[in-house]
Amino acid sequence: MKRSNAPIFWALFGAGGMLAALIAPMLVFITGVAAPLGFVLPTDTLSYERMLAFTHNIIAKLALLVVVSLFMFHGGLRMYHSLHHLGFHTATGSKVVIFGGAVLATLVALWALLRIGF
Amino acid sequence: MADNTRKIDIECLRYNPETDAAPRYQTYNVPFTDDMSVLQGLQYIKDELDGSLTFRWSCRMAICGSCGSMINGVPQLSCHTFLRDYYPGPMRVEPLNHFPVLRDLAIDQTDFVRNKLPSVKPYIIPKESKTLAQGEYLQTPAQMHKYYHYSECINCLLCYAACPQYGLDPKFTGPAAIALMHRYNSDSRDDGRAERMELANSDEGVWGCTLVGYCSEVCPKGVDPAHAVNQNKVASTLDYFFRFLTPHGARR
Amino acid sequence: MSSVKTYVRPMAGWWRKNPFFVRYMIREASAPLFYLYALWLLAGIVALALGPVAYATWWAIATNPLMILLNLVVLVFAVYHTWTWFSVLPKTTPDIDVEPGTLVTGGVIAAIVVCAALFAFAWGVTR
Repeated sequence: MKRSNAPIFWALFGAGGMLAALIAPMLVFITGVAAPLGFVLPTDTLSYERMLAFTHNIIAKLALLVVVSLFMFHGGLRMYHSLHHLGFHTATGSKVVIFGGAVLATLVALWALLRIGF
Repeated sequence: MADNTRKIDIECLRYNPETDAAPRYQTYNVPFTDDMSVLQGLQYIKDELDGSLTFRWSCRMAICGSCGSMINGVPQLSCHTFLRDYYPGPMRVEPLNHFPVLRDLAIDQTDFVRNKLPSVKPYIIPKESKTLAQGEYLQTPAQMHKYYHYSECINCLLCYAACPQYGLDPKFTGPAAIALMHRYNSDSRDDGRAERMELANSDEGVWGCTLVGYCSEVCPKGVDPAHAVNQNKVASTLDYFFRFLTPHGARR
Repeated sequence: MSSVKTYVRPMAGWWRKNPFFVRYMIREASAPLFYLYALWLLAGIVALALGPVAYATWWAIATNPLMILLNLVVLVFAVYHTWTWFSVLPKTTPDIDVEPGTLVTGGVIAAIVVCAALFAFAWGVTR
């Protein structure tokens, strides 16, 4: 019986899920609602100058890389399973698109964060 | 039958493989008292209204696992479910989901009995061989506690009826079988974990599960198959990544 | 048994037939939202790397009421994810003698603490 490669995806799914469970509500609130509205936080919370300074920091770079990457690997595996639940035939194609997207996003994030400099 | 008798419409799925192309529904008006189970309702139908209605049952007390059916779309033991809770009705009784319908409320259990159960090697593979003369395998209460509730499975198949993954792909080993696998892996007398890992690690093993969790919800015995399957995902993952570090009994 | 004709019922629409499954599918629905939110964050990071003009464009979209509404939807699902994640966490732990409720409560408290810390950080740097 063939050993499944699911553990790789599940480990990433689990890490991303735990991370999301701990920080996503506040992260989404700050970046998506509070700062844009100026609600409980000023509208310049995510200003260009502040974000540039923030992302110069190596820890901040790592944090952002991890968040982008793990959120996508987490969402990706669940999306893949959901396709199956909804009756779509899931094979290599859907895996390549979903996880290829996550890998690509990770690489793009890495590039962008390095381009920002230190 | 006194003035505490009420009546309820029970709509049953009917299917005769010799005459029917597809299942149909037939409604029976059943008088009942508050102490009557759905099983007793079905027995009333068979005894008084329609002797052709087919369904499995035995113990009437939720221990044999024979009488599982879908009652208003929920997998339940019909002996363990009461007509009074469905009044005024109508209520619907159907065979357990995700299994082929054999006849009326009886399902074809072959896949579970012939494939799933044996595949997990549900027996003690002893750590040490002992002759009868050497005496029993000793086990402390704490050691027994580790696997005990997983051993309470009555093979009623409610969990398979609850599991959409099994319904979508019957190759999935499924909740009860994996819970039983875990029962033996957790038994201090057993040494068969490595042998059972091959199945556990496959897509038909623990990886067929997406933690819907409905199996543990419907289990009449508190076996908690969802816990058995999902903690073995962790075990399987550790095995996947660290397999090159430790010597393996069943390595090929 | 195999020589007897049996009837196999179709699975189509299975999740709509039971409230438990509907709640499960809602839980799973958070997945594409996290996926898209990560892409949205990535867009901001890329815009940051490309310069102030690009970033201003990203911010203009971020402050668009439609985008705020979308993020509000993501927020609702993010909170539901936190709750359902820790609710099922006890199913993945080994057979330890800890009440599942304790793990769930512990997890939710951890999430509240981490979120509070994140807010405090944002609050602190914007004073």
